[in-house]
Amino acid sequence: MITLRDIRNLLLAAAALGLAALLPFYDSGYILSIATTMAMFTVLATSWALFSGPTHYISLSTAAFFGLGTFVTGLGFQTLPRGRLPLIAAGIGAVLAAVVGLVTLRLSGVYFVIFTLGLAELVRQLVTWVQNRTGQRGMYVLTSITERDIYWQLIGLAALVFLLGWLIGRSRLGFALRIIGNDETVAKHSGIDTAMAKIVLFMNSGAVAAVVGALLAPRYIYIEPSTAFAPILSFQVVIMALLGGTGRLWGPLAGVIPFTILWEFISRHAPNQTLLLLGVAFLLIVYVLPGGFVGLYDRLRRRFGAWGQ
Amino acid sequence: MKRRNLIFGAATVAMMAASITGAAAQDVIRLGAAAPKTGPLAGGADVTHWPAVRLWVHQTNEAGGLQLESGPALIELIEYDDQTNPQQAIQAAQRMATQDRVDFMVAPYSTGLNLAAAPIFSQLGYPQITGTNVTNQQPELSAQFPGMFFVLGRTGVMAEDTARVLVDLREAGEIGNRVALVNVADAFGIEMAGISRAVLEENGFEIVYQTSYPLGTQDIAPIIDGARAANPDAFIAWSYPGDTFALTDQAIIQNFAPKVFFTAVATAFPSYGGRFGAQAEGVMGMGGVNPDDPAFAAFAAAHTEFAGQGPDFWASADTYATLEILWQAIEATGSKDRAVVMEYLQDNSNSYETVLGPVQFNEMNDNERYWTVGQWQNGVFRGVASRGRDGVSDVILKDGWD
Repeated sequence: MITLRDIRNLLLAAAALGLAALLPFYDSGYILSIATTMAMFTVLATSWALFSGPTHYISLSTAAFFGLGTFVTGLGFQTLPRGRLPLIAAGIGAVLAAVVGLVTLRLSGVYFVIFTLGLAELVRQLVTWVQNRTGQRGMYVLTSITERDIYWQLIGLAALVFLLGWLIGRSRLGFALRIIGNDETVAKHSGIDTAMAKIVLFMNSGAVAAVVGALLAPRYIYIEPSTAFAPILSFQVVIMALLGGTGRLWGPLAGVIPFTILWEFISRHAPNQTLLLLGVAFLLIVYVLPGGFVGLYDRLRRRFGAWGQ
Repeated sequence: MKRRNLIFGAATVAMMAASITGAAAQDVIRLGAAAPKTGPLAGGADVTHWPAVRLWVHQTNEAGGLQLESGPALIELIEYDDQTNPQQAIQAAQRMATQDRVDFMVAPYSTGLNLAAAPIFSQLGYPQITGTNVTNQQPELSAQFPGMFFVLGRTGVMAEDTARVLVDLREAGEIGNRVALVNVADAFGIEMAGISRAVLEENGFEIVYQTSYPLGTQDIAPIIDGARAANPDAFIAWSYPGDTFALTDQAIIQNFAPKVFFTAVATAFPSYGGRFGAQAEGVMGMGGVNPDDPAFAAFAAAHTEFAGQGPDFWASADTYATLEILWQAIEATGSKDRAVVMEYLQDNSNSYETVLGPVQFNEMNDNERYWTVGQWQNGVFRGVASRGRDGVSDVILKDGWD
């Protein structure tokens, strides 16, 4: 059932995305390059939160899927139609996520976290092994794609992810995930196929991360495993999503924007302290903002609401 | 108390940063530089990139700056850390160009970071004279980025010359036919091993042992063990800094001393000579210099005095030379107008006097004269093979580790 409130929210979201899409007309240099980074992390963090938010399974595998996506573009951009590459990346990402999910999502807690962290390294070594066997070299993705094109593609992808998140939130699947997050045993006893629900969502975030990698490959130009699978990406996504809060669909966005601006500010004025910032942000989230900005917003609203009465 | 100090310190740093970026006097050329200060390549950049860049700025300012038509202009260096991250390299180049409004930019460090930043340099019209970008794609890259110049040389040629050194030694009857070939399983190692293998086989060498190992591997012992068991005349390793040291360590431990012992990247670092001392004698590696050339000797002395460490015997001089080239283009045109300077650089008839010797770019913006193979001889890493460079030393055979 779609209520008036839903229509209002959809319209607001569409307006915000449309506004974001106009940005390249305002500035095509510095601001666009930061905005592209923001758009990339928005997509990654939002799709990450769709899975990890309700289930509380912290996944550190974003870099694995992202790197895989860049390699799909790197290998295929000369021979395959360019429009099809993100779809292929999505397919491969989803299949990998399904395989990994089947094996590991029956694990819980820290076992899952450790496995996903290892996954990026595993995939990277596999790719390197294949390159080594075939004598394949570092790849140069030389195209005429500009930053502006990449930005628009990312905004489009963000729209898709938000829509998907909104639909999942209203579906039986979303409901099942929230139950799993609250108590997995109860969920099982209520007849929910918990493994299936988790795998479907994990496949979703894996596919999206792979598409982001495929879209960004032309921006990096030179594709090599050590940068494509850099594990810091996985941590950045988790920190941004948690900073924003995973309780609402727009939560990760509320983390990505301030974090990217802060990161840029620190890079500019204290270039040697970026890793320190990452650590401090993590501590802050854990101690001060356990629910992220979303949690803070909800708390303030509750207090505000009480005053109003 | 401590916390207050910290905050005060941070505020001071912020103010200093603000004053640096805020000042823009007329007789100043703003030069932006973004390269790794953190991340996997920070160690290499600390040896090769940063000291050479800072030394050049220091010396140029000491000498009264660059001579423009309007008079002398001092250099103001603006440094950023790209965190060895292509994303950050892109953003840093954007920031320097559009926020700090630098007049010119130093090319980043390493092939990957140079290519990530290339579209920004290109779109905004900044010359990108690269000193640490080894590639074989000069034709494609110079077509896409006409402002990108290549000083360090071609990967294919370096792999080929390494194999040629073996061919020459065999022709002279110094070594036999047996080669052990190993590589780090990474784009660089795979490519180099492939080319050198092809050249060696073409020339009738027998590859008696070949293997690869993952980047960052800790256990090198089985590789040296396997190579030693194959009893080769020559050992060629397309290695990265960490494994270059580890392979040498293991070879010494297992007393594996073939007549030719070659490790690739970082063999030319002064720290390699420092670590292994007399044992490094006869070890070959990528790069090389002519240490007897007065221009290089002066550079090395100034580098040691300024940075407290000597230059590496390969890309330090290339990095320095990229700035000499830029400087000569600016002074020749008398202008800090990028379009004018770019036009001068793109004119292939111009040549530049650098610490490497004369440099001239061909129609693919490629420098065709460079060092390819070097060897430790009496505590110095001398070039023993080059394309078009003077002062090539004779190769010596490795005579054990003691």
